[in-house]
Amino acid sequence: MASEDVVMAGFGGQGLMAIGKILAKAAMQEGRHVTWLPSYGPEMRGGTANCVVIIDDDAIGSPVVKEPRAAIVMNKQSIDKFEPTVKKGGLLIVNKSLIDRKAARSDLRVIYVDANAIAENEGSGKSANMVALGAYVGAVKTTTPKAVEHAIAENFKDKRGSVGDINVRAFLRGLEIGSAAK
Amino acid sequence: MATAQRLLMKGTEAIAEAAIRAGCRHFFGYPITPQNEIPEYMSKRLPQVGGVYLQAESEVSASNMLYGAGGSGVRVMTSSSSPGIALMAEGFSYLCGSEIPAVVVNIMRGGPGLGDIQPSQGDYAMCTKGFGHGDKHAIVLAPSTVQEAVDLMALAFDLADQYRNPCVVMGDGLIGQMMEPVTFPEAPVKVYDKPWAATGKPPTRKHNIINSLYLDPEELERHVYHLFEKYERMRADEQRHETFMLDDAPPVVICAYGTMARIAKTAIRELRKTGVKIGLFRPITAWPFPVEALSGVVQSTKVFLAVEMSMGQMIEDVRMVVGRDRPVKFFGRPGGVIPTVEEIIHQVKLLSN
Repeated sequence: MASEDVVMAGFGGQGLMAIGKILAKAAMQEGRHVTWLPSYGPEMRGGTANCVVIIDDDAIGSPVVKEPRAAIVMNKQSIDKFEPTVKKGGLLIVNKSLIDRKAARSDLRVIYVDANAIAENEGSGKSANMVALGAYVGAVKTTTPKAVEHAIAENFKDKRGSVGDINVRAFLRGLEIGSAAK
Repeated sequence: MATAQRLLMKGTEAIAEAAIRAGCRHFFGYPITPQNEIPEYMSKRLPQVGGVYLQAESEVSASNMLYGAGGSGVRVMTSSSSPGIALMAEGFSYLCGSEIPAVVVNIMRGGPGLGDIQPSQGDYAMCTKGFGHGDKHAIVLAPSTVQEAVDLMALAFDLADQYRNPCVVMGDGLIGQMMEPVTFPEAPVKVYDKPWAATGKPPTRKHNIINSLYLDPEELERHVYHLFEKYERMRADEQRHETFMLDDAPPVVICAYGTMARIAKTAIRELRKTGVKIGLFRPITAWPFPVEALSGVVQSTKVFLAVEMSMGQMIEDVRMVVGRDRPVKFFGRPGGVIPTVEEIIHQVKLLSN
């Protein structure tokens, strides 16, 4: 299987760190090597928060990626910051609910997802991150959706009510979009 | 938490859990980024296992709490980051002088001064050559992955007890903040006999006195000779290292430790793909520096490249071993900036030109 790396970026609170951990955990449970590296520091307050996940069949050297093969951008600041860094031919998942512009580059595979609206429809706008994660998993097709679904359920198992279900549904909606995208 | 299970954990949390599994039940510290998850984790977990978590009023205090609790023979640790470690240094020297085992975790950040909170390797000299005043040393272990940090924590407690000396685990903000899968070793905790510990005087022996004050210079000299007999045993028995892609005796060898070493590995893999013969020598013990193993590599190597997240501190040890016959070049970035794979590749290409 190929290795993959992805930057996930948005406002602090949009749950980018969380979907990074979920993806890393799912891949780990499939027996693969993973690293999850957060940005940390004063830039997280009010600005963009991001993390980098690397998944590989071999031991991972550098957990830092200068030119990621994919980026999930959940707000305007994030697309401005990370679109230019994605490797040529790479994947860009754009949350069009909060980003009112198209990708500027023509050498990327871009998938636009109305993440907040879809999540709202499934029960909570807070699950927009799961929609984006679903789109990514569907488009990249390395980590099995079942493993990710399981990791999401596991992540919310201590929460009351239907929080876990809403997040899984949001993920599955995103997955459909990512799988269907060219 | 079940054992032998792969868990996705942050370096800081994995270090804390590994310490508890190594029998550490006493933690004293003072908060500082980027290692705050260690005390946070300890504050939650230690009470669950009958231990004590105590946040001191200052770093100096914390290091003297290590002295008190460690002096009673229990396994103790602290963790901090660069400026905090500097503040603790007085207590560390007392631990060495009084031969009290303790584990000190330094999750390094950019300096000097308050610096920043990003990953750095600017404390190599402080940990390996300084670590407080006076004639003394401490073993310094430098993990390169979260799993290795877990494994080295258990070793650190054993080495501390075995030599009756503090032992340092030196990571950086990246090892601390990154998550990787870890498996906790199932080995039982080694228990060391500590007849020297101040545990209350039974009628069967004299008072145990734990002290680093020797006003008679000749008595202090004898004590320091005794300490150095121990350090010589450490130098002889505790050098640890890893080699990567050195089997075909490549002409170019990168020397790097910790986070920098794993980034260098990616650069080496990329360079190998383009036909460049290159490998890595990675010290696992920054002190004692793996002199013997590096000496064995010198003959077949044309040029060494030390890569560090600093202006160059480990390079002095590399130069000491390599001598003047081979060039030892340097690439590093200070201030919490992490040298990239691309930059390392560029530096190697400059060497061959």
